[in-house]
Amino acid sequence: MHPAYSVILFTTASGAGYGLLALGSLLALLGVIQPERWLGFALFGIAFALITLGLLSSTFHLGRPERAWRAFSQWRTSWLSREGIIAAFTYAPAGLFAFGWVIFGNISPPWNLAGWITCICAIVTVWCTGMIYASLKTIPNWHHPLIAPLYLLLAIASGSVLLNMVLHLFRQPAEIAGYIAIVSLTAGCLVKLLYWRSIDGAPGTHTAEQATGLGTIGKVRPLEPPHAQPNYVMREMGFAVARKHAVRLRLLAVLFGFTLPIATTVLVLTLNASVGLSILGSVTAFTSMAIGMVIERWLFFAEARHVVTLYYGAQTV
Amino acid sequence: MQPKVATSVPIGDEVKATTCYMCACRCGIKVHLKDGTVKYIEGNRDHPVNRGVLCGKGAAGIMQHNSPARLTSPLLRVGPRGSGEFREITWEEALKTASQWLGEVRDRDPRKMAFFTGRDQSQSLTGFWAIQYGTPNYAAHGGFCSVNMAAAGLYTFGGAFWEFGDPDWEHTRYFMMFGVAEDHASNPIKIGIGKLKNRGAKFVAVNPVRTGYTAIADEWVGIKPGTDGLFVGALIHELLKAQKIDIDYQVRYTNAPWLVIRNEGGSDDGLFARDDQGNPLAYDKTKKQFVNAMSVDITPALSGEFNLPSGRKAVPALQLLIERFASEEYAPEAVAEETGVPARDIKRIAAELAHAAFEEEVVLDIPWTDWAGRKHDKMIGRPVSMHAMRGISAHSNGFHTCRLIHILQILLGSIDCPGGFRYKSPYPKQTPPWLKPFGKPGQVAPREPLGGPHLGFPTGPDDLLVDEEDQPQRIDKAFSWDAPLAAHGMMHMVIANAANGDPYPIDLLFLYMANMGWNSSMNVPDTLEHLTARDPKSGEYKIPKIIYSDAYYSETVPYADLILPDTTYLERWDCISLLDRPISEADGPADSIRQPVVEPDRDVRPFQEVLIELGAQLGLPGFVNYDGSAKYPGGYPDYMVNHERKPGLGPLAGWRGENGETFGKGKPNPNQLDKYIENDCFWFHELEPSQKYFKHANKDYLDFAVSMGFRQSPTPVIFQLYLETLQKFRLAADGHGTAVPPEQHRERIRTYFDPLPFWYPPLEGEMLKGEDYPLYAITQRPMHMYHSWGSQNAWLRQITAQNRLYMSRARAAELGIRDDDWVWISSHTGRVRAQVMTMEGVNPDTVWTWNAIGKRKGAWMLKNDAPESTRGFLLNHLINELLPERGGGYRYSNSDPVTGQAAWYDLRIKIEKVSGKDTQETWPMFEPIGTPLNTDLPDVLRFGAQFKDTDANADTRK
Amino acid sequence: MTMLPEKTDKKLGLVIDLDICVGCHACVTSCKEWNTSGYSAPLTDFNPYGADPHGTWLNRVHTYEAGEGHDGRTVHFPRSCLHCEEPACVTVCPTGASYKREEDGIVLVNPDTCIGCKLCSWACPYGAREYDYAEGVMKKCTLCVDRIYNETIPKEDRIPACVRACPTSARHFGDLGDPKSDVSKLVAKREGYDLMPEMGYKPVNKYLPPRPARDGRATTDTPTRPNAQQGKEPSSGTTSTADKFFAWADTVLSR
Repeated sequence: MHPAYSVILFTTASGAGYGLLALGSLLALLGVIQPERWLGFALFGIAFALITLGLLSSTFHLGRPERAWRAFSQWRTSWLSREGIIAAFTYAPAGLFAFGWVIFGNISPPWNLAGWITCICAIVTVWCTGMIYASLKTIPNWHHPLIAPLYLLLAIASGSVLLNMVLHLFRQPAEIAGYIAIVSLTAGCLVKLLYWRSIDGAPGTHTAEQATGLGTIGKVRPLEPPHAQPNYVMREMGFAVARKHAVRLRLLAVLFGFTLPIATTVLVLTLNASVGLSILGSVTAFTSMAIGMVIERWLFFAEARHVVTLYYGAQTV
Repeated sequence: MQPKVATSVPIGDEVKATTCYMCACRCGIKVHLKDGTVKYIEGNRDHPVNRGVLCGKGAAGIMQHNSPARLTSPLLRVGPRGSGEFREITWEEALKTASQWLGEVRDRDPRKMAFFTGRDQSQSLTGFWAIQYGTPNYAAHGGFCSVNMAAAGLYTFGGAFWEFGDPDWEHTRYFMMFGVAEDHASNPIKIGIGKLKNRGAKFVAVNPVRTGYTAIADEWVGIKPGTDGLFVGALIHELLKAQKIDIDYQVRYTNAPWLVIRNEGGSDDGLFARDDQGNPLAYDKTKKQFVNAMSVDITPALSGEFNLPSGRKAVPALQLLIERFASEEYAPEAVAEETGVPARDIKRIAAELAHAAFEEEVVLDIPWTDWAGRKHDKMIGRPVSMHAMRGISAHSNGFHTCRLIHILQILLGSIDCPGGFRYKSPYPKQTPPWLKPFGKPGQVAPREPLGGPHLGFPTGPDDLLVDEEDQPQRIDKAFSWDAPLAAHGMMHMVIANAANGDPYPIDLLFLYMANMGWNSSMNVPDTLEHLTARDPKSGEYKIPKIIYSDAYYSETVPYADLILPDTTYLERWDCISLLDRPISEADGPADSIRQPVVEPDRDVRPFQEVLIELGAQLGLPGFVNYDGSAKYPGGYPDYMVNHERKPGLGPLAGWRGENGETFGKGKPNPNQLDKYIENDCFWFHELEPSQKYFKHANKDYLDFAVSMGFRQSPTPVIFQLYLETLQKFRLAADGHGTAVPPEQHRERIRTYFDPLPFWYPPLEGEMLKGEDYPLYAITQRPMHMYHSWGSQNAWLRQITAQNRLYMSRARAAELGIRDDDWVWISSHTGRVRAQVMTMEGVNPDTVWTWNAIGKRKGAWMLKNDAPESTRGFLLNHLINELLPERGGGYRYSNSDPVTGQAAWYDLRIKIEKVSGKDTQETWPMFEPIGTPLNTDLPDVLRFGAQFKDTDANADTRK
Repeated sequence: MTMLPEKTDKKLGLVIDLDICVGCHACVTSCKEWNTSGYSAPLTDFNPYGADPHGTWLNRVHTYEAGEGHDGRTVHFPRSCLHCEEPACVTVCPTGASYKREEDGIVLVNPDTCIGCKLCSWACPYGAREYDYAEGVMKKCTLCVDRIYNETIPKEDRIPACVRACPTSARHFGDLGDPKSDVSKLVAKREGYDLMPEMGYKPVNKYLPPRPARDGRATTDTPTRPNAQQGKEPSSGTTSTADKFFAWADTVLSR
């Protein structure tokens, strides 16, 4: 699949944003974080910025962004519609919760109700994003039971790394955020590795012979493409990344997306370093993770092979 | 709630019928217009050619009509030839210039004006014009297209494939197609193949390449190029061995029993024995005497040697044919290696042919009367049919190979019978055809018309157009000792000969609709040199003046001096005449017209109008009245209606007579074109059932043909198993008669003018024997572009914008070549760099490519980085118009020695992988040509959007 | 809207005969020609005279080779929307612009409400949906919905443009939900098949497989060479093929 930057930005930014929103709200509701006003301003500001950036970016991907509102109508069948609705809806409780926190410094009832709803909505939104991809039977790499959990895990991981950084910046106690980051990053890394192992080990179940129905004659090879230059289908779905590049990129994704952020977060937690170093560490963790997530997401698209490519020369998908 | 969809929007506000011109097929189309703009083109269901269907080209006609490469006004060259620097001029100036140039040559020596047309569908006009002008140098593109097919067929059985006849798609049980045949009769053949496959008839494709029609054949015979004749010979061998020949048919319809004189060394050796009236003789076994072979109730001998009253010995023609093909030379085992077809397959196919012909007889309960007046209550047919076109024709052994195919059909008794091959009116014609070429010394004089047609069918050396020194009289050397039966001329030789002054220089070259500066010429680099070569003394171009008419900015335009811009096919009148290349069907004669569907939006004029106007300005007889006034002031439509070739016989056969009451022959009808338009621009007359088969010997049909002016007399057509015409040339080569070839030509004439068909290896391969050109290279055009000027077409070029060299996967692997690799393709003439695609369905000794995809930078209004120019290539650069030198230093043209047909498919090559990684471009890469057009090329094409707003309100069901 | 109808009154679709498709692209350009000024107008083309000409087409023809060497086949393979019974391209659509019509099962995109998110094209295994970069909406085969019910054109022309144009009659149009329709009978007779049935989309369009080659390799009952005429060979001395032939020919003629 063509790794469109708008969609990469959308899924990574909004994932981090919703992760931050969910975790920040949850930890505040649980009393782990003090609803300090500027902290709230920063938390919600960053979360809203990331989410809005992501959603806006996803509309750049649309041919008719002015009609984007229509996407709220088909929640009964469409994961994209569901995602759109919940994503948009989340602004309401989150706004309310932020309002209470930032303006009144108050997250106790009834504001806390908005907080709980925000938390749930953020999680559901990310799950929906995952399901947009996981529901596509045409892309075996995506039509995989680990995809939606992965999206959620990575959103929590990136949210927690981000939260960790924000807490450090505001000189708030960040241990729990750090622990969550380490746990979710480790889990995310493990699941991602598991997922890669799974897709690498899965033999292509769809073949050019099946796609054309000509297998009874023998091996099927294209002789003439229907048109000389790639068409939309091939531009959008025919993207393929060379195996050796993919391996290298996976290493980079693991290094930047998981290893470095875990390591720096662990260091910050265990070394009891100075404020400056802690901030530096948490910022490094976040920056590294952001790079890693973009690589991971690029690979998510680039490595996904669509069954339609069977008509254009792919032997198995 | 489902949205409401407007399902009854009218297509447009006006529909006009006309005739397609996206290729040579000439289907009926209906053009839908909206607010005067062409919106949609569809096939006409009532039209006899396409019956409603339309091919990939036809449906893309809108893009041709709107092409940015359309010329926009007359042009006069100002820069050097090839630069593309022109000055726009008015039509007045253009016509004045043209008539001045043309008139000056006509006054001096009309031979010095050569008029050649390409995909001209108005040859009865262009030919007539050239006759009135008086030059002997006229032809259309048949010589580099399919003259072998036409000549072999017409000499042998008075018909040929394509325009001359079709398989009986309704009844045939076994259909064999030889070589690439996607070139002509595009839709009729597709319709027919679909039909016969669904009926369960067997379709065998004999073709080195398994694409196109061959892809859907029930059996693919992946033969080596140029060996089809040998394969057919082996089929005949097998049929003879099994005695699976329709002997009655041979006696009734062929010259099988005609006695051939055996008098070795004598001047009559090999000629038919004739009586005092010139009738051929046969030996009647019952009467035990020589009889007129044309008489009705005889029992002729088909074998044995007979002593003629003259004392000569003679044998029936069939015996000679049988002796040749019964010989082991044509045994399947003997030909298997050369053809690449296993002997067991040849035997089996022969068995299947025999089975279909003799065990699956088709009987139609239709009474008919034969030429002798004998009544038959049934029509009995041998349901075996065949088709071939360029794949067979474009070899230097094509004439004899075509003849072999026809003789196979004849031996099986399958010509014009139910299930067999069926003639299309005006065919069958007499064998050999009675038309002789004009242009002998003495027949050409200043300001005088030529006494008859340029193109004809010599029946002996006396008919050649040579002078006393045996020098060719035509610039292309057609009808000379080089190519005696060049019935369609040899357009592929014109430029080279003119530049070399061989046989003589010319002053003015007048071309129409032929891309001679590119894909229609062999050896493009030399052709371009010829076009720009200057006489070292005078500094003048060796071809001093070139006038060219085309609708588009092709590679040839920049090499001409005066450009007469033509219209697109939707902006013109045209006449698809029975006098020319007919569109008849087997069920009856047909002709058609084009009418202007829209007016040109540029300063262009239909070439035919221009030609008629030039004829009037030059005062050509036939184009002016006695008082010198223009004979056809109404232009081409005036000519179409009022021109009479003979009294009552005009370009259009339908609705003749003053009130349109008759057809065929009749007075001009002033309302004839209205009648055509009312009838969707075509006329079709369905034959009576009793006339539909055995047209070569069917009294009712022959009488009808005479009444229509197709034939001189209702005598039957006798199929020429043995072709005496060729023997006359052979005798001349042996020194007999008054017209004797020069010594250097004798061996060649002796060899190739065999009155019996035979197979010989294509000439280029033979002459390169011992050199390392192991592969055959052939071309075809993609079906969606055949004859269609496709590369400027925004839709069609999306389908094919680059060609590759296709070759067998196994052979490529041996050479270390993989898909997308670049290779050098080398011939004895030059080399070309191309990109490879490997495949399974190709003869392992053969490579091929899509022809005419490669375009020169600057032409056709394509951008310079278009794939057609950067990666597309032509094999033309590798094909020389001359064969390698032979003894004596003479170089014959790369043509069939009998007909002069360009031998495009004889090419032999070798391949090597390009070393160096970065090659991404084809070679040779010619200098980009400049363009005189100011057309803006769109980056985005939104055709159709302009109709949307008005359509939205048009749903009639609202 | 993206809820699929429980059932459709008809299942209109195409039957494509791979045995007689010669790959002429008539269906391709006739489709383009009709639809570029029809319901989906325009079908935009990009860089039409330059290095990268491409555009929106609703029907394309591939050419494949199946099998090896002489025993293989070259197969022309037209590909367009199959108007599936369970089209995920419809259910993934967030706006309802994609829908399957209740009355005839045609899958359509409403060009006025499509937001161009392209997800439907991701959901289609058959590459049937083509995004028009200029119009910003998805385009697809409409089964010529603006022809097949069009009361302004003759009845016999109320078929999709591709079917109307196909010179070999390799394309058939009809109600595949009606077992008595011509198309259903054809599918039954020729063992028409679904593309990628494992996807579970239940395509309505069916493909008729190439008939087996008849080159004498599969069956043993084809004659291996023509049988000579029985009992007509002369008894004495003549042995060569030509002599035998003439002896036979003369007996035939004397009848």
